[in-house]
Order: sequence, then C-alpha cells, then structure tokens
Amino acid sequence: MKRKMEISELIFKIIAYVFLIIFAVMCVYPFIYAISSSFSTAEYVDGGDIVLWPMGWQTDAYRYILTDNTFWISYSNTLFMAFIGTLWCMIYTMLGAYALSKKRLIGRRAFNFFLVFTMWFSAGVVPQYLNYQATGNILASLTGTTYANMDQKWLIIIAMGMNAQNVILLRNAFEGVPAEIEEAARIDGATEMQILFKVYIPMSKATIATVALFFGISRWNGYFWAMRMMPDQQFSWPVQVYIRDFIDIRTDLGGKTPAEGDDWVTYLASNPDYDSNIVGVMSVVYAMVICAVIPILCIYPFIQKYFAKGVNMGGVKE
Amino acid sequence: MQLFKLKCDDFLEYDEASGTYYMPAEQQVRDEAEKTHWKEVGFTLLKDWRLYLMLIPMLLVYLLWRYMPMTNLLAAFKNPNTMLPSGISAGSDVGLQDWYGLTNFDELFFGAQANLFWAAFRNTFIIAFYGLLFGFPFPIILALFFNEIKSNITRSILQVCVYLPKFMSTVIITTLAIALFRAPGETNEMGVLSQLMITLFDNPELEAGVNSVGGLVYSNNYFRAIYQITGIWEHGGYDSIVFFAAVIAVSPTSYEAAQMDGAGKMQQMRYVVLPSILSTVVIMLIMKVGTLLSVGYEKVYLMTNTGNYEAGRIVAVLSNAWATGDQTGGNAALGIAAEMVNNLIGMILVIGANTIARKATDVSLY
Repeated sequence: MKRKMEISELIFKIIAYVFLIIFAVMCVYPFIYAISSSFSTAEYVDGGDIVLWPMGWQTDAYRYILTDNTFWISYSNTLFMAFIGTLWCMIYTMLGAYALSKKRLIGRRAFNFFLVFTMWFSAGVVPQYLNYQATGNILASLTGTTYANMDQKWLIIIAMGMNAQNVILLRNAFEGVPAEIEEAARIDGATEMQILFKVYIPMSKATIATVALFFGISRWNGYFWAMRMMPDQQFSWPVQVYIRDFIDIRTDLGGKTPAEGDDWVTYLASNPDYDSNIVGVMSVVYAMVICAVIPILCIYPFIQKYFAKGVNMGGVKE
Repeated sequence: MQLFKLKCDDFLEYDEASGTYYMPAEQQVRDEAEKTHWKEVGFTLLKDWRLYLMLIPMLLVYLLWRYMPMTNLLAAFKNPNTMLPSGISAGSDVGLQDWYGLTNFDELFFGAQANLFWAAFRNTFIIAFYGLLFGFPFPIILALFFNEIKSNITRSILQVCVYLPKFMSTVIITTLAIALFRAPGETNEMGVLSQLMITLFDNPELEAGVNSVGGLVYSNNYFRAIYQITGIWEHGGYDSIVFFAAVIAVSPTSYEAAQMDGAGKMQQMRYVVLPSILSTVVIMLIMKVGTLLSVGYEKVYLMTNTGNYEAGRIVAVLSNAWATGDQTGGNAALGIAAEMVNNLIGMILVIGANTIARKATDVSLY
C-alpha cells in the first residue's frame, strides 16, 4: 500500500534538498574559484571580476611555478615526509594495536589508559617544543651531527603524527576478528607476526586504509611544527610552510606589508620571462594551492568509501 | 607461642587428639589455586613475550613525545630569570635552588600580564563555546537531511562534496578564507565573498570590517564568525558520517508505525529518530566537550595578527608568542604556566562530562 506523503514530510524533503545542495556548493566553490583564478589574468583577478569561470586566459602562473625550484623541493619534502611518516606510524600502531586487542595481555587496561590519557591532557606547545629540541639533540648526537646541522625532517617524521584515536580505531577492528580463526592459525603453527600479517591485517583492510589515510592526511597537511622546528632550513620545508611563507613575503595577505623589493611586482620585474600585468601574485598563490591539493584530490575518490566504513566500525570503546 | 597459635588459627585447624595443627582440605585447594594463578601469570608473560615486544615501540613513542614533554611543566614552578634569554632552554639547566613556588602563577593571574592571559583565556573559551553551540548540531541536521534523499547516486555526489574540505590543510583553508574575504587595496578589489557579504547585508559596521587592514578575517568583530563558519565548512560534512550511520540504522517499520498513528514529520523526528540516535549523540558530545579547550591552535595561529589579537588570540598562541619573544612582557615559564592551566581545565571538563553522561544516560566513553 503506497501511502500519500504528508504535507509536513514534503516540506521537510524540500528543505533537505535545498539545504544540502547549497552546502555542497559552498564546500566545493572555493576550490572552483581558486582553479578559475589561477588561470585568469591579473587584471580580472585583482578587479574582483572572477565569479565562476576564468577570465582572460593565461597559464603563466603554472609556468612560473614550474620554474620555481624551491616550491618543488618543498613539494618533494612533503611527499617524502607523508610517505615515510605514514609508514612509520602505521608500523608501530599496527603492532601495538594488535597486542592491545588481545584479552590475555596482562596490564591491558593500564596500557589503554596510558594511550587514552594523552587525549585528555597534553603538555602544551612550549613544553613540546622543548622536548622536541631535547630529543632532537639526542638524535643528532646518535647520528654524529649537531642539532643545528641536522635535517629536522627526520625528527618530524619520527616524533610527530601519533594519534591515540587511530590506535583505538585499529584495536577495535582487531578485536572484531573471530578468535577461532586465530586459534586455527596457531594450531597450524603460525607465529605471532604471521597471525598479524596473514590473518588480522587482511581481515581489517577497511580500517587499516582509514587509519593510513588519517595518518597520511595529517602528515600532508602538517604546518605548525615544521614551521616552528625549522624556520631557517628552507630546503627541508614542507609545501604548506612554503606556501604560507610565500604569502607572507610576497603579498599583503598575511596582514603584513612585504619588505622593500620583496613584493611581487618588484620581484617579478627582475625576471624577463614574466609580465606582472599578466600573471598576478594571487593567481600564483591559487595555483600553488591547487598544486598542493591535487594529490589529495587524486586519491580521495578511491578511499572515500573506505573511510566512511572504517569510521563507523571503530567507535571509541572502554 | 600464643602469638603463633593465634596466627595459625587463621588458616590451620587444631587436632585435639594428637595435639597438632593440620591444614584443612579446602585451604590446601585455595593455596594450590593461588600458586597456579601466579604460575599462570608468569607463564603467560613468558609465553606471550612477543606480544609485549610488539607493544614496546608504540609505548616508547608515546613515552618520549607525549609524556616526556610533561616533565617540562616543572619549568612553570621555576625562576624564569635563570633560563636563557630566548627563554627556550628551560628545564634541565634550572637547578632546584631556583624553585619559585607558585610565583609564576601569581604573576599570571594577578600580575602585569594578567589582562593578556585572561583575555586569551576568554577567547579560548568563547571560540570553544561557539564551536560547540554551532558546530555540534550542524552535522546532526546534515545527517537527518541526508536521510531524506532516497536516490543513492544523488546522495553520494553530495556526500563526496561535503566531505572534501575535511581533507584540506589548515594552510590551504586559511589562505582561501583570507583571500576570499580580503580587503580592497590600492591595486585590487575586495575578495569575492566580501563582495557577496556587502551585497547581502549592507551595513556600515560590515563595511568597516571589510575595509580593515587584511580584510574581514583580520578584523576583531568578524574573526570569530569567520572562524566558526570555516570550522563548520571544514568539519560539518565529515562529522555527519557517524550520525548518518545512526540515522539509517532506524528500522523503517518504526517510521511506518508512527505514520499509521498519524505522526507528522516533526513528531517522527521527536519520537522515532531522536531516541534511537541519542547514544551516538551523547558519545559525540562527550568527545566534543573533551576537546573544548584544545582549540586548534594551528588554525588560530594562521588566522591572527596584530589586527585581531583581541578577539582571536587563544592561550596556546599567546604562550607560544611569550616563549618566542613575539609578545614582550612574558616569558617561557609564564607561557608554560598559562597553557597548563588551560589544559588542566580541559581535562576536568572531559572527565566531568563523562561522569555526568554516565549518570544520566548510561552512555560513557571511558
């Protein structure tokens, strides 16, 4: 029996559609605007004429970025840090979460509390900075250099990005694996490592993909500590720090006026290849933004279904 | 002898006939069980040594970079003058003779820097409170609306769109916000969203905000609003995943039953949907309250400058500014003390929220 839709339901449906469509447009509009502006000439971008489509087509902004070596160095730094950092975080998180998921582990509650407490209380920015410096000194002396000469990238890769939430997510997924399967594997003579890699990891692929995605995104997007740890090591900067620095020294967007000779027009005047009337600084900024989000946009559609699943599976328990 | 007898009486029985003590059978069993219990503990420890080995790297990482920083909190109780000029090499080289007691806290709460601290504390609280007020209900509403869309393709397309901002970095988000809300300058017109705002709400206050140095983001009056809007924009869609999963778990028969009884949409929401998603809502609320005072300092750091200090500077940013010397008058010890107060209150809030939730609804997180 098909029921006639009530008037209140119809109104609700209409409101839902309108609201969601407006919000979805709001969510993607800034990126569309950024893409359009990066392809528009300075005259229209500065004139505030761009609304949706590019006006006065140019590709000089991207041509400029392609010749900017420092940008690509920082870009490869980010790729490197995101890849190695995620790998490192995944290794110890998977091992630890596997151990924590075992009921027979003695002191399990204490270990869980040890992790969860870090979500409640953090020492703060300054104590963390002091600690990074202290551990950085140790790391430097271990590798035979000094703290000042050390490539701070490595400290950031090793020391940052841990997240108790991800451990709990993974632990809950491992707890969901039936104990019979583990026992069967054990009877067949599998070691602890084999059980983890041959049984548990294949059986919780969705959560592992989610957690790896969270780690990877936080690595790719990290700004503050990289900026704070290595203000002078420009060749170790991740791309986020480079973009913000570019904004601070070449434009007045950060609320600061660029120093004498640093501003975009004077800076570009020394380069005969570019005409600042065609390629405006805003186009370059937008083009950098687009370059920085492209890797995320590329992998996003493929893992989107995983993380929706993974998040729901691992609510916080205990 | 008497003492010995008294002690033995606890677990031994006296045999009158032979005049000797003997151990009753159930006590023997109990002893044996206890012995085997400890044997088992030792045995599992030995047998599962691989498990503990697997746990060690993670514990070590957390110990080194989550717990070790807490030892630096001691610097808040020490004399800041014995630290190095940058105020950044505190801790280890400060001896016990420089023990300062609560002097730093006294300075923080009542001293010359107190107004800065209280302003920052107030800002943290206001930003967090507004974040809770607007940022928490929004994903729930979004999830309820998503439930109305029956076509899977349409819903997937919309979901892909609204999850997207969550994956963008803080630098990208703040750059876009600053650029789209920028002020008109000598060579440039105002940002496209500033134009939109001026067209929609034409009032002199807004115009002043748009025209202030750096644009709307850097104006004291509008910073908080923009911070919240970008926050909702960034997290709203993604946070709705959890609620959406709870909403679609409501069985269709419950709706049908309510419809048979003549319930309108609002009544269905009130009596069918809300009770079924309540536990999810409570858990998410506890988590939200728990992170209340740990406002994302990265975003605030990127969105504040001298123009919007008064509305925007939170405790973490102030503490960092004191330690690096960006803000004169303070020092690293004061900064550490300030953030410690802030984080301790945050911790009390999360534990309190959890206790209240457990008492009231039987749902708790920890």
